[in-house]
Amino acid sequence: MIKLQNIEKVYRTDTIETLALNGINLHVAKGEFLSIMGPSGCGKSTLLNIMGLLDEPSNGQLHIDGHTVTKLSDKELAGFRNKRLGFIFQSYHLINDLNVLDNVELPLLYRKVNAKERRRLATAALEKVGLSNRLRHFPTQLSGGQKQRVAIARAIVGEPEIILADEPTGNLDSAMGNEVMDILIQLNQQDKTTIVMVTHDEQMARKTHRLVRLFDGAQVQ
Amino acid sequence: MLKNYFKIAIAVLKRRKFFTFISLFGISFTLATLLVLTSFLDKVINDEYPDAKRSRSIYVTGIEERGKGTRSSSALSLGYVNKYILHMKTPAAIAFHSMQIGTNAYHNGKKISVNYKFVNSVFWDIMEFDFLQGKPFSAQQVNSLDKVAVISQDLSDAYFGIGEPAVGKYLEVGNDKYRISGVVKNVPATAYMLNGDMYIPYTLSQDNPNEQTYFGSWNAVLLARSKSDMPLIQKEYEDIIARLPHSDKRFTKTLSNADEYLDAYMRAGNQDGKSKTWIYTALGIFVFLIVLLPVVNLVNINITRIMERSSEIAVRKAFGATANTLVYQFIVENIILTLLGGLFGLLLAQFFLWILNGAALLTNVHLTLNLTVLFTGLLICLIFGFLSGVYPAWRMSRFPIIKALKA
Ligand SMILES: Nc1ncnc2c1ncn2[C@@H]1O[C@H](COP(=O)(O)OP(=O)(O)O)[C@@H](O)[C@H]1O
Ligand SMILES: [Mg+2]
Repeated sequence: MIKLQNIEKVYRTDTIETLALNGINLHVAKGEFLSIMGPSGCGKSTLLNIMGLLDEPSNGQLHIDGHTVTKLSDKELAGFRNKRLGFIFQSYHLINDLNVLDNVELPLLYRKVNAKERRRLATAALEKVGLSNRLRHFPTQLSGGQKQRVAIARAIVGEPEIILADEPTGNLDSAMGNEVMDILIQLNQQDKTTIVMVTHDEQMARKTHRLVRLFDGAQVQ
Repeated sequence: MLKNYFKIAIAVLKRRKFFTFISLFGISFTLATLLVLTSFLDKVINDEYPDAKRSRSIYVTGIEERGKGTRSSSALSLGYVNKYILHMKTPAAIAFHSMQIGTNAYHNGKKISVNYKFVNSVFWDIMEFDFLQGKPFSAQQVNSLDKVAVISQDLSDAYFGIGEPAVGKYLEVGNDKYRISGVVKNVPATAYMLNGDMYIPYTLSQDNPNEQTYFGSWNAVLLARSKSDMPLIQKEYEDIIARLPHSDKRFTKTLSNADEYLDAYMRAGNQDGKSKTWIYTALGIFVFLIVLLPVVNLVNINITRIMERSSEIAVRKAFGATANTLVYQFIVENIILTLLGGLFGLLLAQFFLWILNGAALLTNVHLTLNLTVLFTGLLICLIFGFLSGVYPAWRMSRFPIIKALKA
């Protein structure tokens, strides 16, 4: 499903060069639930962002679902993210000016889906994460766990093949974290969604199919 | 999609109430000012009362002579009109009139200020005054020095009573009594070359029709047979000025112009054309500045908003928005903002006009927001929205996603 070959990422600023990723080779199978662990600053987010086409590698090849996705145009990138990828971030990144329903509809705005259908799909996605009673709430009126569930609904509303989650439970207490984790596991098992999750939590990682450890931009396990 | 943008636009407005207020106020105030200006210009340009034939009329409003260290400039003398203008071949008809002269009339112990003008009889043929009562005085009456007058509705109402018949009655001004020949609809003060409370035969003026000086208090209106005749008239007048002997040996140069309506209006008596250029330039600079300030203000605010909304932008990109979609969204949002500002501006303009009309700074000038003015307003708003949105939107759409998501 996702294939990384010799991925390198160098961040250059005026004074320093940081090698954030150093020759990563990784293959994520279709339907796999993979977790990535490693100390802070070792390049986990960078790796996930590259897989999610939010950032470009400095070197190396990236294939998603058989397509070579390095050097795509802005429009092609947008289309790819829109149809095949779903993101979940540690700090949720909901749009505070929009209510829960509108937030979840967001990916469908960039597809040819009419308003009624958008509403229906968003409501269904929110039902899946157990938030069908909070449609008109605004993000600021929700708890952290609820916010993250809205974010999951937004990630799955377009039924992407791949979900990329960057420390989705990082800001949550263990009870809420477990709830979110359960939803992800269910998605993976029922909908066969491929999931790549960055986490700091060994316990969460143990619930996934495979664990990859990074250290200083390189894969150690 | 549009509805979604609308929601976001409103939410963003609500969130930044102070900045929204400042930018909305900037737009509204500017728009209101422009609307009042447009309304005024519309009045000047499109209200053709009483010179309805203005599109084929030529106006001579003054003459200037210059010499070393000396310069004289004023309206025309009656002698000049008589000797040079009335002999012109190309115009179909020639009207002339004096400038307004202020005096007082007394009626039932009440003082009424009266501005009167001397006119020839052709004046009534060229102008299309609206006679509410009676008719103009004739050439014969002018020649036989009849003390007759055409007065404005305002004067008639003040002197004879509102709506009372006035024709045939006598109005006493100074030491003379004038028989009223007709009552006309009021001329707005914006038609400053032609307005007055009372029009009487030029033959009653003290001015000598054979006087040698060129300087006096008269204007002439030359009517062309057709629009295409107008350059001929202007050419003939130029030739007259070229051959005109100097009225005094001090002078070496003569300036006088045969203008179309708007040029004459803007010239405001100044023969060397500088005042016209000056008015156009000032108007241009004024409009430019007044438009520039809120646009710069909006651009500024929009750029600040980008930083604030970087997370939203990144999220939209992550979920499939292209750079172009974001540019479009931002411009639409901005146009919504400016249209809102425009709506307030409209109300504000209506309020300004209400004050202006109420204060009667310009007599008989009732400024309104007609379709031309509204259309101009809408256009200004769209231009505002577009101008102030494009650059910030472009910057926003190129904002790197990961940078924004770090926050
Ligand atoms: N935009 C950037 N510019 C410069 N350096 C960066 C940038 N993003 C990340 N880095 C550096 O790259 C390394 C990996 O960062 P990151 O992938 O965020 O680590 P993690 O998610 O594992 O904590 C760090 O040393 C970080 O400082
Ligand atoms: Mg990270």
